[in-house]
This record gives sequence, C-alpha cells and structure tokens, in this order.
Amino acid sequence: MTRDVAIVGFSQRQMKEFDGSPTCVELLVPIFQELWEQTGWTKTDIGFWCSGSSDYLAGRAFSFVSAVDAIGALPPVMESHVEMDAAWALYEAWVKIQTGLVDSALVYGFGKSSAGELRRVLSMQMDPYTVTPLWADAVSVAAIQARAGIEGGVFDEAQMADVVARSMSDAATNDSAIRKGATTTGDVLAQPLYADPLRRWDCAPVSDGAAAMIITAADAPGFAKLKGSKAWITGFEHRIEPGALGSRDLTVSESTRSAGAAAGVDGIDLAELHAPFSHQELILKEALGIGDDVRINPSGGALTANPMFTAGLNRIGEAAREVWAGNSQRALAHATSGPALQQNLVLTMEARA
Amino acid sequence: MTELGTLHAPLNVEFDYTRSLGPTLSGFMSGLKRRQVLGGVLSDGTVAVPPPEYDATTFAPITELRPVADVGMIRSWAWVPEPVPGQPLDTPFAFAQIVLDGADKPLLHAVAVASAADIQTGMRVRAVWADEPVGAITDIRWFVPEGDAPATTPGPEGDAVEGIIAPVKLSYDYAASPEESKFFRGLADGKLIGQRCPVCEKVYVPPRGACPVDGVPTTDEVEVADHGTVTTFCIVNVPFTGQQIPIPYVSAYVLLDGADIAFLHLILGIEAADVRMGLRVKAVWKPRDEWGTTIANISHFEPTGEPDADYETYKVHL
Repeated sequence: MTRDVAIVGFSQRQMKEFDGSPTCVELLVPIFQELWEQTGWTKTDIGFWCSGSSDYLAGRAFSFVSAVDAIGALPPVMESHVEMDAAWALYEAWVKIQTGLVDSALVYGFGKSSAGELRRVLSMQMDPYTVTPLWADAVSVAAIQARAGIEGGVFDEAQMADVVARSMSDAATNDSAIRKGATTTGDVLAQPLYADPLRRWDCAPVSDGAAAMIITAADAPGFAKLKGSKAWITGFEHRIEPGALGSRDLTVSESTRSAGAAAGVDGIDLAELHAPFSHQELILKEALGIGDDVRINPSGGALTANPMFTAGLNRIGEAAREVWAGNSQRALAHATSGPALQQNLVLTMEARA
Repeated sequence: MTELGTLHAPLNVEFDYTRSLGPTLSGFMSGLKRRQVLGGVLSDGTVAVPPPEYDATTFAPITELRPVADVGMIRSWAWVPEPVPGQPLDTPFAFAQIVLDGADKPLLHAVAVASAADIQTGMRVRAVWADEPVGAITDIRWFVPEGDAPATTPGPEGDAVEGIIAPVKLSYDYAASPEESKFFRGLADGKLIGQRCPVCEKVYVPPRGACPVDGVPTTDEVEVADHGTVTTFCIVNVPFTGQQIPIPYVSAYVLLDGADIAFLHLILGIEAADVRMGLRVKAVWKPRDEWGTTIANISHFEPTGEPDADYETYKVHL
C-alpha cells in the first residue's frame, strides 16, 4: 500500500556563474524562504531533510555539511545526503515517508560547476582503474554515444537539431534559462561541429544553481494549513546500468525503459526529460514510449540550463508547476546521473480535484 | 552588499590514489605490463576488454582471461578539440570505442590522428605502447591507424601487478562567500569583522552567510576585539607531513570579546601544559607589510596576563 504523497513547493536558481561560496548557502537561504511563502509552512513542519551535491564539483570538502547552515538546524533535524542529483534525494525522502517514519520532507540540491572544468571533473565518475586514468571527459563520452546512434540509424543530426531548436525557443520566456532564444533547426545545423559529432548547442551549458522542493504525505499533521496546489506522486522508480561503458548498448536506455514501465507512463500529457545532450532526449523519448502528442520540456530542459545535482530535481519541479497551474493533468519527470545515461529515475504525478 | 565582489583564489587539489587490484584487474594490468591485452570471458562466451570483475548477468567473478590482439576496429568515436590536462594527448585527438581482434566488447581509449577527417568508424587501429610499461591502462599511450605502428610481440610473464597509482589533480577557482570576503578584507585592515543574526542576535566570527540556528542571513556587520578567552583546546603531540610548528603546541577555540562563537587558532608564548580553559589571550599580528586578505595575518594568540575569565562568562559558548 503506497502512502499518498504530494509535491507542494518548489523553488530554484540557475545561472551561468554564481559569484559566491561552493556551499551555495547564499542561494539556499532565499530558496527556502520562498518555500515557506509558497506553502505557509515553517521548518518545524518538515520531518526530514535530504540534499544532493558533490564536493568534487567545486573542491570544497564537506560542502553538504556547511550547506546545513541554510536550514537553521537547532534543535537538530533529521538529515541525509546523496552524492547524486537531488532527484535521488527526493526518492530517499519519498521512501522515508512511505516507511511512516516521517510525514514530510524538504529536499535540496546545489552545485557550482563553474568553479572547475566540469567535463574534466566528471571524468572522476568513470571506472577508476581503466577509464579515469585516461581522463575521459563527459562531453567525449556523450559524443561517442551520439555517434553510435547517428551511424546506427537510431536518430540523425536533424532530429538532434530539432531538439535543440525547440528547447532554446521554449526557454525564451524562462527567466532561469541560460542558453535561450528563438532558434530554428537550420540555425542549429549551421553551427560548426565542436566535439564531432556534437555541436556546442547539443551540449548543456555549464551551469551553477540550487533548488529545493517540499513533499508531504496527505495525512501529515500540517497538511490542512498548506497553501497552494498539489501535484500527487503516482509513480516513482529508478534503475542503474553497469558502470563499464563497453558493456551496454549506448543507443538505448534500458534503465529508463524499466523505470518508466514500473512507474507507469500511460496517460501523460507532459514530460520533463533530463537530457544534458540533445541526442539523449531522443533516446529517452524512445525508451519511455512517449508519443508526439506529449509536450516535452516546455521549460527548455537541461539543454538551456543544467546545474549539476539540481537539474534532475528541476525537471520534477517544472513538471509540478505545470500540474499546479492546471496546464497538465498527468505529467512525467525524469532525472539522469552518471555517464551516458547510466542511471535514470522516473516520477509521475497528477492533478486531483 | 558586495560592491567589491567576492575574493577568489586558485585551488589545486591533488592526490596519488594507490589502488589495490582484485584478481581480475591484477591479471589485466599484469598483461599490459608485458604489452599483452587480456579480455575477460563473460558467461555468454563473449570477451570484454577491460575485463569486468563480475559478470553482469550471473554476478559470478570473471576468472578466465584470454589474450586478444592490440589491433582492432573503431566502433564509435568522438573528436576532442580541446584536450584537458591528464588526457593521453595534449593536441586534438579522438576518444574511441575500439573492438580489439578477439574481443566482442569495445575498449575506450585515445586515437592519435591529425584531424576528425582522418578517422572513421570501422577504421582499423593499433596500440602504441609506452617505452616502459608499468601495469596500467596508460601503458597503451594511444592507438594509431593500423599501418602507422609496428606490430608488437608481448614480453614474457613477469611478477603480478598488485596495484596501480592513479594521480588525481583538480584545479578550481575558489570563491569566498560575500560574508567571508568582508571578513578577509577586514583582516587586511587589521580588523576582525563578524555578523550578527537578526533573530538570535548571536555574533559569528568568521561570518557564515546564514545563522546555522535560525537559517536566516546574518546581515548586521560587527567588529569584534582581537583578544578573548580560550574556551577549549587540544595539545598537538602527533607529527604529520607539512607540520610547521614544533610539537607539542596548542590549538584552541578562542572566544573573541564581542563574539558568540569561538574560532580555532594557535596559542604560543606559554608552555602547552599551562594552557587552560578561561585563559585570556590576544592576537599577535604579523608585521603590517606582510598583511593580506588572510587569517594568517594573525601569527598566533598569546596570554594577555589578565586573570582567567570566569567559567560563567563562556559556558554557553562551549
């Protein structure tokens, strides 16, 4: 028996370069304030806190411990952390609520990618014996995946350019987007190749940011006083594939397919897909069996801003906003982590009268 | 609030990871040391290079290693127009998935060609070996088009490679928070700047951006004294790499007069055995011409000679 849980608050910041500390406390404090205003709750209404971040990103040891300052953790709070996108912190919080141990949670993520050379830093997530010593960077790994798809006839460059053009055009009105503006497929294809076969616009811009979300069980003590709309979680699953790149077919995403099947994708009218590279959206769409009648990434998606450790949570938050606004009856949000779509998470949500 | 912007400094983090190897990777690395590539035989009979330690289907350890060629075919590749430090080449090259002859699963490695026009999927390439292999994936320097390198004969079996050394060097632009930046700029003027929480009215030195008790920005700036009280301390008796002060010495929490949170500094000018809770101390500043935006402007703290502070005056700050 699943306990009914709703997304009731979401706030985020995305920017090209954050001029502040790697702990991002200065970003998290106003984000939390926005959540209190949205929900009418205070920190005493929160039963569990969970964050997603990585010290590798900006070279600050125990940055997630320093970030706890933003909570104001006296009296002490129940807290946890994942070294993954905050979408997985949300999963931990959701499971915690399912166990009955807590009734509500505030989940947050933060990251200052601009402090280092992101694509190089991300080589630290590869196999430490046989791949990291080559410093195989994240863009190169994604480009190998893209070529496998293009030359294997799974998708083509024009389809990738369509994804870029649609994303940048949709992001034109998104204040949080970094790379945006009305763009045509022709504009994209006119750009020179960068990491052949990828153009720069095929790759998410290096982004800094932070984000936070509140979820609660329907029977939480403070539920009745909540302000605002709810987006009810109807499915929540994640899957992982082997770490060795050579062991899997990079042109498909078996973990996404499996997570989507378990979460249930039927009847969705909106999908926020976390695709840091244009071709990955095509792979995800195929894996989830998303039809052309489903709106994809009206926010612009990760191709227009991809703050590490929050961009996945942002997909869930952007989808929830559409549900709150009455623009979506049933939405799917996806998050990815690791090289070339190694780990994937699918959450479905719906509006209820 | 931050008219001057935040303070930035380069931060270089490096560490040579010494990684021990299990039997599978030990076999693989031992092969590389004699210029022999070994693949692991998976449960379905296919051969993977590098060998995974466990089979993804049966979860059984991979025990059978089989020699494969150091020549193979490119399955997919990516051009690397701007190599980053540590990569096999520092001029543009390709990363590629290469299926070596005798293997089924591709190996990720570098291919040295002059331009993206000189490489394509299906092209045959051969490994270029290091002059003195050590038993690491970098013993293969990179691959080149097959005809551009001589064939290699593996050497005789030697001692097993039990571990690798994997150096990691990361470079960052480290920024202080706006509040920390004010603190460090204050130090450059010989001042200690803290901030007061508008809710609990506690003064934090150094300031931290948010009151960790109340979770609100600490906006009110406060200058505090450069003298205060030792609240607690430890005597360092353990030598360590990079130690600059002869042991034993004392690291102490000093509660500066006017602050509510003690901060860590060094106590000198007194025998370690005589340092005590409640000891009154003052900052000893370096010569002014050596000051920068750093806490190192204060060389250490030393006793003021005042009577010890009463426990009641600092017990809530422990």
